[in-house]
Amino acid sequence: MAIDSYKWLPGSFANYYKTLPLEKAESIPWTPLAKPIEECCFSLVATAGLYVKGKEPSFDLDGERKNPFWGDPTYRTISRDVKQEEIGVAHFHINTADLETDLNIALPVHRFLELEAAGEIGSLAPTSYSVMGYQGNPPNTNEWENRYGPEMAARMKEEGVDAVLLTPV
Amino acid sequence: MPVLARVIEAAGISTVTVTAMPDLAERLGVPRIVGVEFPFGHTLGHAGEREEQMKVIRDALRVLRDASEPNTVEHLPYEWPDFERWKRVWHPSEAAPIIALLIEQRRRARGRNSS
Repeated sequence: MAIDSYKWLPGSFANYYKTLPLEKAESIPWTPLAKPIEECCFSLVATAGLYVKGKEPSFDLDGERKNPFWGDPTYRTISRDVKQEEIGVAHFHINTADLETDLNIALPVHRFLELEAAGEIGSLAPTSYSVMGYQGNPPNTNEWENRYGPEMAARMKEEGVDAVLLTPV
Repeated sequence: MPVLARVIEAAGISTVTVTAMPDLAERLGVPRIVGVEFPFGHTLGHAGEREEQMKVIRDALRVLRDASEPNTVEHLPYEWPDFERWKRVWHPSEAAPIIALLIEQRRRARGRNSS
C-alpha cells in the first residue's frame, strides 16, 4: 500500500509540498549493514526539539520568534539512562504534549533498551541526539551538513555505533 | 533530516529513517526510508502504546537489514484512527512564528486587493 505523505496537512500546505520543486541529492551515500542486527550498536536521532532539562539549554526559540525565517541548527545529547521527567521539548511547529509524556514516540530510548535486554539488538550507545526540525524558510541545512551532522557522526563513531534510527517528526 | 541521514551514512554508519512524509524523503534522497501514515510529532505511534511503537521499530530494523540500494522506500500499513480529530490535534496551540507571519501577509494582501 502507498501512504499519503500529505494527509495531515491543511489543503493549501499539502498542495504546496506536493508541487514544491526539490533537488535530489547528487549521490546518496550507502553503508551496508556491517553485522547482524543482533550485534549492532545503535544510536537514535530525532527532530523533536528534545533536551534534558538542567543538563543542556533548550533550543533557541526566542531567536526563531525574533526571526521567523530562521531555526536553531544546534543539537542536544540524550543519554541512554534518561528518565521521562527530565525531558523538555522545544518546538513551535507541533503539539508537544504527547512528547512530554512519552519521548519514545520520537526518540525511542526506552524501547531500544528493551530490545537490547531481549537480545534483539546488540546495544544502545551511551548517547542519542535531538535537533529541532524547523530549519528556516526556505530551509537552510548548511550547519547540519557541514558542522553539526559531522560532529554527531564523529561522536557516534567514537562510541562504536554501527547503525542509526532517524525519526523526523 | 535527509541531510543528517546522508552525513551519518557517509561517515560509515548505516541509517534508517522513519517518516510521515516518505514522499519528500524519497524526492530529496535518503538511504533507507520507512513511511508511516501517523500525524506529525508521533512518528513511532501513540504515547504510552509500547506495542505499537515496537511494531514500527521492528519494521524499521527489518528494512535496515534487508535494503540493498540507496533510496529504498517501504510504506507501513498501520492506520491511525480518528483522523478528523487528529488532523487538528497535532498542531501547536499557537501558530509557529513563520506560519503566523505568512497568514498575516496573506490577510494583508487580500485586504489590499479588495480595497
